[in-house]
Amino acid sequence: MTDQTSNAGAVRPKPAAPAEKTGLFGLRGKDASLLVFVALLTLLAPFILNPFPTGSAMAQFNAGYPDLMQRFVIFGIFAIGFNILFGLTGYLSFGHAAFLGVGSYAGIWSMKLLTLNVIPSIVVSVIVAGLFSLIVGWISLRRSGIYFSILTLAFAMMSYALAYSVLTPITGGETGLQLQYFDPRILDGELAAGTTPRANLFGLEMGTSYELRFGSWLFTFNAGYYIAAACMLAAFYLAIRIFRSPFGMMLRAVKSNQQRLNYTGISPKPYTLAAFVISGMYAGLAGGLLVAMDTQVGAERMFWTASGEVVLMTILGGAGTLIGPVLGAGFIKYMENIVSTINKSTLEGWFAFMPDGLADFFVTIVYPFVGKGWHLTLGLLFMAVVIFLPGGLVQGGQKIATVLRRDRKGSGLEPGAAAKRKQAED
Amino acid sequence: MGILEVKNVGKRFGGLKALSDVNLSVKEGSVHAIIGPNGAGKSTLLNCLVGKLIPDTGSVSFEGQSVLGRKPHEINQMGISRVFQTPEIFGDLTVMENMMIPCLAKRDGAFSISAYGAMMDDREIVERAEHMLEDMRMIDKRHMHAASMSRGDKRRLEIAMCLAQEPRLLLLDEPTAGMARADTNNTIDLLKEIKSTRPITICIIEHDMHVVFSLAERITVLAQGTPLVEDTPDRIKGHPKVREAYLGESSGH
Repeated sequence: MTDQTSNAGAVRPKPAAPAEKTGLFGLRGKDASLLVFVALLTLLAPFILNPFPTGSAMAQFNAGYPDLMQRFVIFGIFAIGFNILFGLTGYLSFGHAAFLGVGSYAGIWSMKLLTLNVIPSIVVSVIVAGLFSLIVGWISLRRSGIYFSILTLAFAMMSYALAYSVLTPITGGETGLQLQYFDPRILDGELAAGTTPRANLFGLEMGTSYELRFGSWLFTFNAGYYIAAACMLAAFYLAIRIFRSPFGMMLRAVKSNQQRLNYTGISPKPYTLAAFVISGMYAGLAGGLLVAMDTQVGAERMFWTASGEVVLMTILGGAGTLIGPVLGAGFIKYMENIVSTINKSTLEGWFAFMPDGLADFFVTIVYPFVGKGWHLTLGLLFMAVVIFLPGGLVQGGQKIATVLRRDRKGSGLEPGAAAKRKQAED
Repeated sequence: MGILEVKNVGKRFGGLKALSDVNLSVKEGSVHAIIGPNGAGKSTLLNCLVGKLIPDTGSVSFEGQSVLGRKPHEINQMGISRVFQTPEIFGDLTVMENMMIPCLAKRDGAFSISAYGAMMDDREIVERAEHMLEDMRMIDKRHMHAASMSRGDKRRLEIAMCLAQEPRLLLLDEPTAGMARADTNNTIDLLKEIKSTRPITICIIEHDMHVVFSLAERITVLAQGTPLVEDTPDRIKGHPKVREAYLGESSGH
């Protein structure tokens, strides 16, 4: 409702302009357009994710509410970082949720002890998660392949168990940590007794939203979302730079042939460790942002299923591709939050137009796949992607693009012209 | 004093004596071949030179410096490059990228985290890699996936990658094993060309006598983990001990 947020919502066509050949922030052609594409997606997400008018039957498929949009970008960051390790070096970590959790705990302590401003909290999250990943990586990277995965998994489960039990004074144990009005924030003024502390960015509260009503559509522009989105764009930009840099090439070389790398005078260990720490810091950033949005942490954030989820996101979207992890994260979070809310009465509503017996039949068939059964749908989709599209959703997109291109070429009268057009596109 | 000095090297694997009392001196600028029947310890010796194995006894020094206890990448940075029996290249990368990695290793050393700037904008490295590819007549394959090339081309690329580091000593482990005659001859020509255009020492382990006798200036024959003889190719050809080791013939035959 404040002026700042309404501005954030009003920025629309501006960022599209600087995508020129000369390069956007040092990026070349395709990478620059990719960055602009992702920037547009995130900026316009409140519109794109809310295609159905409120009150309509389809409204439950709308994902344009702040809570979910924040999750899209935050888990996007998590997956982008994971992909720098897994996609480039091929080292499959099964314990990245530990860094997310450690980042969250560090972030909330910064809010408890220093200030409610999110910037110090996020910085602290990234640094602490980076240090923790340095220790875990230094030990785990002594092994590769499945042994590396097991070591990281062990570390994550250890962290989870510790946070749940022994470290209760720091982590709050089962109840987790919340902000309290009596926390000793040394940089902030005291809060009145009984008030709920809210995270802010120089006074702008994360929960602040500006609502735009357009006909029967309702679009919500949320301050927290745009701050998280800005972080994701920065994270995405950095990932592109890493992918294209000599450092990124060395990481791909590690995945391809460590033997040759060793006998080319290059030591793979520091490269993999650097990649591990960078991806740990990305996880810390995601953890810090989660805390900034909901100001609470629990140990379940570090449970192994959370580590598994980021692996799913990366593989589902396309490991080793730039945009893949972002797509995968969005896809899984959408499933988790939308498909899981479909209940029996919703289904009955859908099939109401059918004769009674048939409707019951369809409801019975579909019911296990929605609501609490959304994991089943996700599992089947994941299997389908791994079997038919080992390159993930990105490969699916590429296949569709190839088919479309071939169709267009086939329908063109002169083959020469089509070829020329293809050249121009490349 | 040679560029590579191996003194009294011994290596055991449990009860198996793989190498014992190996002495070898490779003269700078020469092509030195190590031959011997299967199980003679040729590969074990080579692995001791590049740091993959550490000998139990003896010393190995390159240009007067000991290589013992150093890791493979450190030994490589000293100036020793190795070509493997089956070509070891970066299969997932393009030929050009394969070529750029040794160029980077030469310039930036064992580790450098220069995430700033795109790889393909690094003029110096791109030019050096392109120059090397032109030299090896592979420039037309620069955009190819390295894994999709023929075996002969993979071998050529691997040798090119080794040369891009400008090593003083090039070690080749049966470079023509499993190759067709034509590819073998191409490899021989390539090595001859390299030898004639560069100040490099080549040490080659080989099974194929045709390759050995067309390249080597000096030959060491290894049998059962010890050097049998070391001499020029002409003398090795007729040497009774060599015939015995290879063919199991008695020297009087």
